[in-house]
Amino acid sequence: MGELRLMKGNEAVAEAAIRAGCDGYFGYPITPQSEVMEYLMAEKPHERTGMIVLQAESETASINMLYGGAGTGKMVMTSSSSPGISLMQEGISYMAGAELPAVIVNVVRGGPGLGTIQPSQADYFQAVKGGGHGDYKMIVLAPASVQEMCDHVKLGFDLAFKYRTPVMILSDGAIGQMMEKVVLFDPIPRRTEAELIKQNPWAATGKPKDRNHIIITSLDLDPAGQERVNLKLQAKYREIEKNEVLYETLGCEDAEYLFVAFGLSARICQKSMDLARAKGIKVGLFRPITLFPFPVKAINDLGKKVKGILVVEMNAGQMIEDVKLSVGCSIKIEHYGRFGGIIPTPDEVVYALETQIIGG
Amino acid sequence: MTEEIIIAGFGGQGVLSMGKILAYSGVMQNKEVSWMPSYGPEMRGGTANVTVIISDERISSPILNSFDTAIILNQQSLDKFEKAVKPGGLLIYDPNGITRIPVRKDINIYTIAAADEAGKLGLSKIFNMIVLGGFLKLKPLVQPEFIHKGLEKSLPARHHKLIPDNEKAIEIGKGLIQAVQLIS
Repeated sequence: MGELRLMKGNEAVAEAAIRAGCDGYFGYPITPQSEVMEYLMAEKPHERTGMIVLQAESETASINMLYGGAGTGKMVMTSSSSPGISLMQEGISYMAGAELPAVIVNVVRGGPGLGTIQPSQADYFQAVKGGGHGDYKMIVLAPASVQEMCDHVKLGFDLAFKYRTPVMILSDGAIGQMMEKVVLFDPIPRRTEAELIKQNPWAATGKPKDRNHIIITSLDLDPAGQERVNLKLQAKYREIEKNEVLYETLGCEDAEYLFVAFGLSARICQKSMDLARAKGIKVGLFRPITLFPFPVKAINDLGKKVKGILVVEMNAGQMIEDVKLSVGCSIKIEHYGRFGGIIPTPDEVVYALETQIIGG
Repeated sequence: MTEEIIIAGFGGQGVLSMGKILAYSGVMQNKEVSWMPSYGPEMRGGTANVTVIISDERISSPILNSFDTAIILNQQSLDKFEKAVKPGGLLIYDPNGITRIPVRKDINIYTIAAADEAGKLGLSKIFNMIVLGGFLKLKPLVQPEFIHKGLEKSLPARHHKLIPDNEKAIEIGKGLIQAVQLIS
């Protein structure tokens, strides 16, 4: 078993990056995720593994440093919170277009605008549906515990390089700030320059005499060429949808009703499930772990077995659209949410189930 | 076994670190734990609180609206969290600075005069450990050997020389806690 620690979610992200063999972190401070860079700065990973940690002058600079680092095949990461992630959208779109691997962590806070520093899930649309311009997707992972904050960094890098795509970890202020028990995976050495070149023949690692230039770009002025790029991207996204769906179910075997929730909301729903079952209500919990690719088939299958679904999110109703598209119109699907940094309590969620789904 | 605890008081009283030491001790004893602080604007010079859950099973929601135990260190927190104690639950408060005492009849209530005691001993920094000792006397969730390990893990190495003082404070707290109201 790996090393056991009590850590904040943000600290777990930072430690996991060092242990995953990350080459560089570029970021700019913002609450509630500043502990990521604080931890990295204190830990001095350049002494441990050679990993570089740099505070950029802005989020826009961070994401473009990520583009540069990823273009050379390096394992690079950034983290921010909602307003900072908005500033990064242009860079994320460029990285998707240029097919560059990277891990981007969003520790979401309440919006819109500068909003609040309290936890929220209101950036679901931005993460899953685009955010930046053009027809692109990111793989989006939704950790629900400090352990997953750690594990998703490693998983994120694996997927980013497997598919040459940016991967987002969509967390929230509560999971970033809370401490839980975490089992850290054993450190993986950073790749040597030779390993990097061998594993990433697409990367701009310096031109030897025996091959042509490698050009990292998202620009093709010829529409036919740009359509080919798009077709390639879409084929990749279908492949991701086929291979990489992750989800968790709890108490679904005998369930008459279903909660669907991700991240912190799923933790709250788990408590609500216990409270509701104590009252004799047979409710289960479905937790998507990948938000893209969305677990369409698994939700569709469960939707055929239950009488109604309550989608619980810390937003005004975003993932519910994907749940409805997955299930169709055969059963009642309602949303319950709190906004702007307010976290729903387990009791509130049970009440919403009773009034909106069972009695509604 | 699952114990859901809120610890609340002023920023600077050691509320968050008391919770952290309790949680880390739980980890050392191979329990599941969660530690969820208030980190909002109220942290910046006002009240501070932390929810600590210690369990033998996987922990569901780290955010709760009712608690098995409330450990209360100022009036604002008493006003806010007295009503959040589950019926039959436990409320511990330090009477220092309390002007309106608890009124609930369906919970067990204890006081611990930790602020006075810490002042007398000239050990204001370990005030929070006196309170923790009182709680552990009533609910021995974690064994002393694991508290020791929890202290080692939670405190930076330069403060490890203070561990004996912390452990002494825990023992003092165990002797200081007093029942005010016991139900059934």
